[in-house]
Amino acid sequence: MGKNNKVKKEYKKLSQQKSPKIPLARNVIVAFVVGGGICILGQLIGELYISLGFDPEKAGDPTVATLIFVASVLTGLGIYDKFAQFAGAGTAVPVTGFANSIVSSAMEFKSEGLVLGVGCKMFSLAGTVIVFGTVTAFFAGIIHALLG
Amino acid sequence: MNIYLAAFLVGGAICVLGQLLIDLTPLTPAHVLTLLVVLGGITSALGWYEPLVEFAGAGATVPITSFGHSLVKGAIAEAESQGLIGALSGVFKLTSAGITSAIIFGFLVALVFKPKG
Repeated sequence: MGKNNKVKKEYKKLSQQKSPKIPLARNVIVAFVVGGGICILGQLIGELYISLGFDPEKAGDPTVATLIFVASVLTGLGIYDKFAQFAGAGTAVPVTGFANSIVSSAMEFKSEGLVLGVGCKMFSLAGTVIVFGTVTAFFAGIIHALLG
Repeated sequence: MNIYLAAFLVGGAICVLGQLLIDLTPLTPAHVLTLLVVLGGITSALGWYEPLVEFAGAGATVPITSFGHSLVKGAIAEAESQGLIGALSGVFKLTSAGITSAIIFGFLVALVFKPKG
């Protein structure tokens, strides 16, 4: 046991030495600029829909649908994933990243069939977001109903 | 503040939070996105997310935190009008467009395109 722990410690030390240092400042700046940029795009699309006559309260629906559509097509073309490698959380955190995870899972598992591949595996990454978001919302609703 | 500037700053800041969690903690991106959704939901329940939406527009509605916010907002609104059952029936009221379009476009794109690499 003792020897095993020692080996583990040495492995940890070695792997820390060998693994490349994370370029934190670069990652943070890129995530900020790209993520902020996607939000500006969302703002532009939203105001476009408002100018087309959508109620400002309701313009979020077509805006999100448009962003998801664009991200889905870019994922299909292989462009979104290339950009995501460069932008990290800047492309993962916006709703476009949610669409990207669904589309890339669906494409990746297409070879396993429409039902077992596309249907079953589409949410293999995005599912957690829906599950934990739903659990949070359920308890928020319950607490609100009970406490008024 | 100009709404575009506010959207850029707030949206960028939420992405930076995600990047810091990915780079500085052992959490995987899936864990980080889950955490952000739950954070969005909790801040929404506390009444803090809606003012952020008013201030930053798409800067607050485009990041995934907004998904948690919309789920909670729908559940709470329905709980107010329908009571306890609203916690079940209201959750997806406001997120239908996002989830449905992700499924539909995801399905169609998967039919048409082949994975690269």
